[in-house]
This record gives sequence, C-alpha cells and structure tokens, in this order.
Amino acid sequence: MARLDAVSKRTVGKIERLAESVIKAVKGKKNPFVEIPIRSLANIHFDKKKGVVQLGSQKQKRYFFNVSMAKKFMQTFLVSDACKELVESGKTTSIRDLYYITKHTIGDSRQNTFEEQDESDPIIEDLEVSLDALREELHLFASRKGSMVGPVTIRDTGDTIDLRRMGSGGWAVPSIVEENVVQFGKHEARYILLIEKDAVWSRFNEDKFWKREKCIIIQGGGQPPRGVRRMVQRLHAELRLPVYVLVDNDPWGFYIYSVMKQGSINLAYESMRMAVPSARFVGLSSFDKDKYQLPMNVAIKMDEGDVARARQMLAYPWFADKRWQREIEEMVRSGVKFELEALSRRGISFITEEYLPKKLRDKDWLE
Amino acid sequence: MAATKKAATAKVKSTGPVKAERQLSLLDTAPAKAPARPGKEAARPASRPATSGKAVRSRGPAGKQVELVEVEPEASAEAPVQAERGPKRRATAEQMATKQREISISEFFTKNRHLLGFDNPSKALLTTIKEAVDNSLDACEEAGILPELTIEVRDLGLDAKGEGELTKGEGRFVVVVEDNGPGIVKAQVPKIFGKLLYGSKFHRLKQSRGQQGIGISAAAMYGQLTTGQPIRITSRTGKGKPAHFFEIQIDTRKNNPVVTRDDQLDAWHQEHGTRVELEIVADWRTGQRFVNRYVEHTALANPHATVHYLRPKQPKLSFPRATEELPKEALEIKPHPHGVELGALMLMASESKSHDLKGFLQTAFSRVSPPVAGAILKAAGIKDRVRPREIGADRQLAARLHRALQETKIMAPPTNCLSPIGDELMRRGLVSFLSVIESEGPEEGDGQLDLDAARKKPGKKKGKAEVVPPPPPEITPEEGVERIKGHNYFIATVTRPPKVYRGNPFQVEVGLAFGGSWPADKTIELFRFANRVPLLFQRSACGMTESIVKTDWRNYMLSQPKGSLPVGPMALLVHIASVWVPFTSEAKEALAHYPEIIREIQLAAQECGRKLATFIRKKQQADYQAQRRSIFELYIEEVASSIHQITGKSRDAIRRDFLRVAEQVTEADLAADDKKLEEASEKLSKRPRRGEAEGE
Repeated sequence: MARLDAVSKRTVGKIERLAESVIKAVKGKKNPFVEIPIRSLANIHFDKKKGVVQLGSQKQKRYFFNVSMAKKFMQTFLVSDACKELVESGKTTSIRDLYYITKHTIGDSRQNTFEEQDESDPIIEDLEVSLDALREELHLFASRKGSMVGPVTIRDTGDTIDLRRMGSGGWAVPSIVEENVVQFGKHEARYILLIEKDAVWSRFNEDKFWKREKCIIIQGGGQPPRGVRRMVQRLHAELRLPVYVLVDNDPWGFYIYSVMKQGSINLAYESMRMAVPSARFVGLSSFDKDKYQLPMNVAIKMDEGDVARARQMLAYPWFADKRWQREIEEMVRSGVKFELEALSRRGISFITEEYLPKKLRDKDWLE
Repeated sequence: MAATKKAATAKVKSTGPVKAERQLSLLDTAPAKAPARPGKEAARPASRPATSGKAVRSRGPAGKQVELVEVEPEASAEAPVQAERGPKRRATAEQMATKQREISISEFFTKNRHLLGFDNPSKALLTTIKEAVDNSLDACEEAGILPELTIEVRDLGLDAKGEGELTKGEGRFVVVVEDNGPGIVKAQVPKIFGKLLYGSKFHRLKQSRGQQGIGISAAAMYGQLTTGQPIRITSRTGKGKPAHFFEIQIDTRKNNPVVTRDDQLDAWHQEHGTRVELEIVADWRTGQRFVNRYVEHTALANPHATVHYLRPKQPKLSFPRATEELPKEALEIKPHPHGVELGALMLMASESKSHDLKGFLQTAFSRVSPPVAGAILKAAGIKDRVRPREIGADRQLAARLHRALQETKIMAPPTNCLSPIGDELMRRGLVSFLSVIESEGPEEGDGQLDLDAARKKPGKKKGKAEVVPPPPPEITPEEGVERIKGHNYFIATVTRPPKVYRGNPFQVEVGLAFGGSWPADKTIELFRFANRVPLLFQRSACGMTESIVKTDWRNYMLSQPKGSLPVGPMALLVHIASVWVPFTSEAKEALAHYPEIIREIQLAAQECGRKLATFIRKKQQADYQAQRRSIFELYIEEVASSIHQITGKSRDAIRRDFLRVAEQVTEADLAADDKKLEEASEKLSKRPRRGEAEGE
C-alpha cells in the first residue's frame, strides 16, 4: 500500500467512520442509514455576500430497511468500498471505470448491483456530499475536456509545461487539478478568458490573442467540466487574475457564465472551490446585435425550451440584478439568440481584433 | 288443439304402411330422426325381436303426422277434393268420436322422452343412473342410514372378464345402482319400478331429490323400449328377511307392471338394501363425462355418502364419506296459505275431512292458528258454518277465500323442514371432492355440458387411480386454506337462513374453492345443485347462473367480463334446498328465475365473495412481504461484504446483525400492514356495494 498523504488519510477515515456507523446501528437493532444532504434547488441558497450558490442544511436519510432505498444504500457502500481501495492504492480512475468496478450480479439472482452508469454517477455525488469529500479526494475523475494556453508555466505531476508553447491544440486540462497534481510557475498574464466553445477558442489561439493581450485563454467545450472550473478558480485565487467569460447569447450561455460565477445547483457543495464570484460576462450580450450591427439573418430563432429556460433564469436570485434582468428580458422580447460565430459575419478576426478589445476597453461587461 | 289431435289420429289409422315403419322406429333411440334413415335403424330392432312389441303398438308417431297435416294438408294422400264453395267437411263428430280414446302416461312418455331427460343415448345413460341414485339416497336418508352406493356401468360389448373393445357410439350397456338402504317391501316393488307416476314423494311437501315418482319407472321404460329387457330388482328389508329378485316389465298401454320373474334368494350380500339393474341402449363414449361429473358432484353435495364407481376398462373410483353424520332430517310440512293456488285450494277443500272451514284451514295449512283462521274467514266474508266441500264446489266462494288467504298476514312457513348441507359439511365435501376428482379445472370448452358438442368431441380422461380416503387435513397454512394433492385451496362456504318464495320455504348455500392448480385465466366452474342433486345441463338457462353472473365479482378481486361468469382459478358451488324446487322443466335441469331465489343466491355469493376478497388481499400482501424480505436478504450480502472490506470487521457478524434487524423490521411492517388490511376490509364491509345496497 502506497504511503498516504494527509488528504488521503482523511478521506479513508471518513469512509471508515461511515461504515462503522452502520455497524453500530445494526448492533443496536436499529435501521441503519446514511445521511445525505439534498442536492436540489429547494435546498440551495444564494449567498449574496459571498456571491456563490450554497447547499442548505436539509438532509435526507437513506435507510437500508426501506424497499425504495435499500438498493441505493447498498450501492453507496459498494462505491465507498471501491473508493477506499482507490485511495489506498494511490490510483485514480474515471467514474465510468468505477461503474464497471462495482457492477456485478447479486448472489444467484438476476439483478445487477448497477444496471447503468446513470445509476452509479449520482451515488458518487451522494457520497461526496455525505462524506464532505471531493470527487478528487475520492480519486475519481469525470470525462476530460477543455484546453488552455497562455503566458504561464505549470507543473503537472512533476513535468514542467510551458503553456506558451502548446501549438494549435493547447494543453488539455486534466480532470483533477488539485495542488498536489498541478502547481503554477512563472507567468505574465493579466487576466483569464473563459471561452464557451472550442472553435472560438481556436480562433483566439491562432490569432495569438493571448500573446498580444497577455492573457490565459481556456475553453470547456460547452459547460466547463470540474477540472476547467477548478483551474480557473485556482488561477484567479492564486495568481489574482480577473476572469472574463465569453459565451453565446442564449440561455445556455448565460447559465455557463452563472455556473462559473456562483457555482451550479448540483455541485453547490463545491461552489467555494469552483466559483469565481467576480467573473465578468463580456458577451455575447442581447444588445450587441445593435451595437455591432449584426444582421438578423445570423440570428437563430429561440424555441419554446429556450424561452422557458430564460424565464426560469429571470427568477434566479443571482440574476436579480437590474442589468441582468434587462439582458434576459431583451432576449425573450426579441425572440432570437446569437452564437459567438455570428460575429464572423463582420470578418473572420472581428471577434479577436475589434469586438473583445473594444468590450474590455469600454468595460462593457456584466457582473 | 283437440281438433288437430283428432285429425292426427284419423290420419294414422288410414296410413297402414307408415304405421308399420313407425312401430319399428319406436324402438330406435332417436324417434324424431327415424324416418330419415329407415334402413339401418329398422334393421337393428328387427334382429332382436322386442318382447315389448305389443305394448309399443301405439299411436306414437302421430306427432309427426300432426305436423304434416298442419303444414301441408293438401299434400296429404287422403286430402279430399276441394269443393267449389268452401272446404268440404272431412269427418263428422261421430266419426271422430270413434277415434278418441285415453292416452296412457306410458304412451305419452314414448313420445316425449326428451322431457324426462332421455333425448339421446348419452343423456339417457346419465338420466338412468341419476334416477336410481336419487331414489337410493332419498331412501337411505329417510330411513336414517348412512348411504353407501355402488354405481356400475357395464359395456355388453366386452366379454365377461371385461376384456375386448369398448363399444363405440351407441350400444348396449347395463347400469347397476346398489344401495344399503332400507329395502322395499315385496308388494311395492312392481309398482315402484313398473308404473309411472307412482311414488311417495308427490303428495307431500318435503325436501327430497325425487319429486314426481316418474324417474325410475321412466328409466325402466326406456330400457324396455330400447333393449326389450325388463328392469331387474334385488331388495332385502333386513337381517333375517329374505332377499327378493324381480324382473319387471311395463305394460306401456295400461301403465301397469308385469312381473316376469319373482325369485326368493337364499343369500344376498347386503343385509338390507336395493339393487337396480337396467339394460339400456347408451353411448358411453360421449356420455361418460356427464356420468363422471354427476358422480363427482353427487359425492360433493352428499358428504355423508360413500360412493363407489365402476366403469368399463377403468379402475374403480371411490369417494369416501367425509362425515359420519346424517343430514338433518327433512320434515314434511303442510302447504303455506300464501303459496296455494285457487284450483289446488278447491281440490283440498273438497277432499277435506274437516267439518267446518276453520278446521279445514287449520289442518290443511301450516301457520294457521284458530285466530288466524278466524281472521281469514272474516276477510273473506264467509261464515264458519260453511262446509269445506261447499268451497270445493263453489268457484266464487273459493275465489273469495283464496283472496283472503293471500291478503291476510300469516307467519312465514316453518323452515325446519329444510335440510341444507351446512357450512362445515360443504367445506368437507369440497375437500373430499378435490382429493378424488380426476380432472381439475374447467373441462375443455367453456365447461358447459353440451351434448351436441360432446358428441363431436369425446371426453378424454387421463390416468385414474384408486383413491384412498383423504388424509386428515395437514396443518393448514392459513385459515380457510386446505392443502390438497400438493395444492393450496382457499375454501369459503355460506349457508343462508331459510327464506320463502310463494309460500315455499327454501334455503340457499354457496361454497367456493379458490386457487390450487386451476387456470387463472379461465371462466370459473359453476356447480349447481338442487336438493343435493347436481344440475348438469342448461347452465345458461338456469337461475343460479343468472345470480352469479349478476353478482359483481370485481368487488371480490376477480375479473369478470360483462354479462358472464367471473374469471379465475375457482369453483363455485350453489345449492338450493326446498320442499319444492322450481325447475324450468320436468327434466330438472335448470332453476326457474324467481326473484326471491335469485336474490338469496346473490347474497350468499356476495358473502362468500367478501371472504374470498379478504383472502386474496392477504395473499397479495404476503407475497409482497416475501418479495420484500428476499430483496433485503439479497442486499444484505452485498452490504455486509462492502462494510467488511472497509472496516475489516467480520463479515458474518455484520450479516447476522443485519438479518436480525430484518426479522424485526419485516415483522413490524407485517403487523402494520395487517392492521391496515383489517381497517380496509372493515370499511369494505360497512360500505354498501353495488348490487347489495338494499341489504336484507
């Protein structure tokens, strides 16, 4: 068994205590349970002072002797057992891998412990919150996506990587970017730019926007995965760099921004580690279509789902600000949305040479 | 009507050749079809000269001729030439009078055998057995003897050892029914078996199987007509008394017995009892399933009887009695005033030996006390002085008395005259029945015995085994559940209190057996009984069927297509006991649709249904609990091993702790569920349901 660092020891201890509590319960002829904080909109609140979404205090007890909970209870311990083994052996694996590790047929029945990965993923999240241990601490990672370049040098598991020399593809952001894996070295960056899409990020990279502007550009392929968000948060916190977010002008883009800024509902328990409350929204704004004279033929008509989602967002406390309300209302009113690529109508490098520099110069952003 | 009859008679007289052919065809078993196939049918009786040939010389086939005359009179050979002015008189009243004469009951029978259940050879077989068995059981019960019956069917196509080929289709069979009853005194034997409409049961109001005194002698006549053989009787009335053997023929014209043999036997194996032997033309292959069923059901409805059943080329089947207790004796009662009809009243009055009306009313009817008799007479406005005979003669007066009888409030008739099977014995009968019967579940088809269908599709029976008395019921898992031949049956029985229809007391009983190996997706089996006699035919015309169809079985957890019997693994037994069971016909195959009776059957069925529903709900609950427990047990293994891996503590210890809690938890849940169930069923019984809202 590999020698454990302090974090791993703590994690193993947490898992052991959870198992001990069950033994104690059944010894005392009690129905054993696992207490799990509820991860739903009803149990989160927006901390205005900190500017992040936080998990409330509501908890749910998952009993073994309850027909509807028994299976999940069992699954929780299968996952716990597997995680403990991972941590102790110092190995890391994907959540898909974990699904296969824990999947088997129960006894001589025809039932499997897990039928789908959809069953095991929420169990992992349950375990994270109930143990108050992050997924990374359990040695698990989600699918990896996202890349970054910029005037910064980092160390990744002992290898020094100069992000100024990453070619056209950039450095792939790993799923786990905790301090014990990734450390930051020398840098000349002035700010961080999070871009929603890979294609737009490629334009910025090819145009050497980061070199000219002295900034780190990073993309998460849509909703940024935990690794990307955690990276942004660490760069912001440790290198004291402001964060700008460039997303599509649609409800989905706005939500990506809000997740980066305040944290998500599902992972509200990790908001403090993931969110950058001071992140700024630099586009695409609902008013940019007039400001930058985008023709209506590059607009996309919003469908019913978009409108419903937009209206829903109007009610989120973190979009309560008047400017945000105007922004969303304008989108609903006009009934159209724009992708970042729409700006290319004005020229292929319009976005890197005119649009963004002007936005930053004019401080034309939302917070 | 009378006119056509006369015409018909006239016709027969004048058609000599036709008559001859008719006479032969009379011996055939299917007279209606006889003319259509004269060659084959005529040949058989001719080859075996019938001893009854003389007796048969009747105007039997006239019925056929009546039709001819009515349908196409002008085609008749002797049709007179039409006059130009209106039809010409064909015969004078005097001419016609020469042809008018009395019709004997036996002659009537030969023409109308279908009314008595001798329509065709397969049904005749059953009817013959049934009439003999009914008589035996009635006699045993009246005498207070626990009946032990032997029913035997012998195929005369087989040799003495019972070897050879079974007769296919129609053939000669011997039916034997032997009982350990009181026997019959020598002088009465000829009349009982050789005279139609002779018996002890017609003139009294008493619950019994036989009612008219027509059955067994009709069977004897059928045998005589089809095979020419007399009915053979052996009877002994007690120890120390000789047994007598008779051969009796019926003079079908005079309806009189002709004793052709009368021997005194030196020894007979029965101390007392009667053995009836009939040789008949029957069809065993198609008829056996009815006989099988009749025997099974007779055993079911008569749990105090032991029945042995012997069949050609099959092992003996025995239904041991399920109780040593004789049914309560059915008492004879006097008619109730509310049930009497005007004609009957006049007849009773004219035959009365009472001096005055008051006395007549009190002696002739039940529930008429002196004050009640006074009240009736007052209501009728008739003086007490009037003699009963005067009522019998004066229609006006009788009608007044009749109306007064109907209008006066009179206590319901005594109901102690009834002898139901009883809850407990019905249950034991069902258990015993289920232990012995060969084929479980509805027969192929819809379970309805249909002779026409049966003819096309001979019943097939699988291996049969000698059956020993049913083992004493093992420890039953639940109340009301019996384990029989490895299957669990839920049995519920209900005996309703006696009720009255048209002055006749009656009592309804319903029993059900649910579960076992019966198919769950087929219509239930309905067993109908009247005075312990199974009703096998005309199911859809029967009032009992109507009652069950009208009951909403969906209330009781069974599915039920609209307008039909419910579907489920269940047999339902319906029994009506009455001093006068209203049948739709003399063949006694279906119950008439009296609303009072239909209602009673429904109430009994509902009561049984509620018991069934409680059982089914409980069972579903238990199944759920078992399933639940198995889920826990399954998961405990997984959890125990995971926790063992995490903590390093003993896997067995963890599992043991879990199992202990499981026991406790599921039991607590069971108790909670039981309580819920109880509450639910209480609610259920309180809430009036569809179809029983009016209650009693």
